[in-house]
Amino acid sequence: MEFLQPPSLAEALAAKAANPDALPIAGGTDVMVELNFARRRPPILLDLTRVPELAGWSLQDGRLRLGAAVTYAELTGERDGRSPVAHGLGRLLPGLAMAARTVGSPQIRNRGTIGGNLGSASPAGDCHPSLLAAGAEIEVASSRGARLIPIDGFFTGVKRSALAPDELITAIWITRPSGPEQFAKIGTRNAMVIAVAAFGLALHPGRRSVGTGIGSAAPTPVRAREAEIFLAAALEEASLWDTGGALKESVVTEFGTLVGAASRPIDDVRGTAAYRRHALVVLARRTLAWAWTDYQRSGYQRSGHSGPTGSAGTVAEEG
Amino acid sequence: MRVTATVNGVQHEADDVWPGESLLFVLRDRMGLPGSKNACEQGECGSCTVYLDGVPVCACLVAAGQAQGRDIVTVEGLAGNDGSLHPVQQAFIEAGAVQCGFCTPGLLVAAHDLLARDPDPADADVREALAGNLCRCTGYEKILDAVRLAAARLRGSGGAGA
Repeated sequence: MEFLQPPSLAEALAAKAANPDALPIAGGTDVMVELNFARRRPPILLDLTRVPELAGWSLQDGRLRLGAAVTYAELTGERDGRSPVAHGLGRLLPGLAMAARTVGSPQIRNRGTIGGNLGSASPAGDCHPSLLAAGAEIEVASSRGARLIPIDGFFTGVKRSALAPDELITAIWITRPSGPEQFAKIGTRNAMVIAVAAFGLALHPGRRSVGTGIGSAAPTPVRAREAEIFLAAALEEASLWDTGGALKESVVTEFGTLVGAASRPIDDVRGTAAYRRHALVVLARRTLAWAWTDYQRSGYQRSGHSGPTGSAGTVAEEG
Repeated sequence: MRVTATVNGVQHEADDVWPGESLLFVLRDRMGLPGSKNACEQGECGSCTVYLDGVPVCACLVAAGQAQGRDIVTVEGLAGNDGSLHPVQQAFIEAGAVQCGFCTPGLLVAAHDLLARDPDPADADVREALAGNLCRCTGYEKILDAVRLAAARLRGSGGAGA
């Protein structure tokens, strides 16, 4: 086995182009398990931890660009001091921060990266439901150039993605949320669990739509499109985006039912298909109730404008 | 391949390293530092927790080459140069937080890191900080006692120190 450690993105892309079967490694929290147990013997390990272009994040014209090497701990802000809520990323992307908070343990969150989570493309990847709900785009690059892949076109099968053999994941682009986000995950304990089922929800008052993401309950992470359309229509019809009025119980129930219907779970060691579907229905109802309470508390409906201005981030910043 | 890294303040070199082996293997079997323990090899147990550039990680999940040129502190590096135990280590002994001892090195590093960042953690914060370290002997209560004891002593002496 060879070990390549390119010091720049250009060199990393050249190495991947020359060696499409090289296995990228960043935090190592997936790759090293496979190596330690001799499940995988790639001819080349391509270490991305020295590529400066993959590190860090920035806010560009209302969109967040997260470098692929941003760690779960950076998403949660857990090492930034005693009041992580006051810090950047967790506050800007609450749904993703909630999801990152459920990953592994502190040691794993210190090391594992969002790009690695996507690269592994596990149906149980913890970031995926929140990225789906947020409508993220995945920036990938090769020596041929760069392209953006919408997140709901990124996952193509169990642990398979739209990434070409010569491409590397370079960044994740997310429009700054205009409303509340929630995430919930079922597991046997709070730490160190692979999700039995997970659900991410984002309310987008800026564009009057709803985003969802289901984890661990289909061959790939998936959106619950009918649930999104149903809820957006129900909020519109009752003018709830403007009034922030109470959600009808029947709307919450139907939303949960549609989310459950969008799943395609299987029986495995972590749970049965029936349990997963039931859990998703409950998670969808709960996260909607939480998110709607967040929305009402945000004061969005009292801010005086007759409708959403489309300027991203007003709710989050005022909250 | 050759891997060079600073471990516990001292430059270490290892030759003939297989690129797929872990930092844990390099530490234990090539550098003669067996303090970090090898149990699960998949990041589940925390027994191999070390500082990598000041951040606690599972050494079993760091590829050897990724440690090239980095600064590593293992459990062997927590005590003073004169062999005096760090207050976290002393507290583990006094509180009875050590039984078979296999998980102890990882717990010491994780607890050391917590108290360096937060001198007065709530119990929930301690449980969270140690959530990646499994202990099959103690039932964790004595470990929580030890962290509380170490925290109180460190606050009294004015800081966690290194």
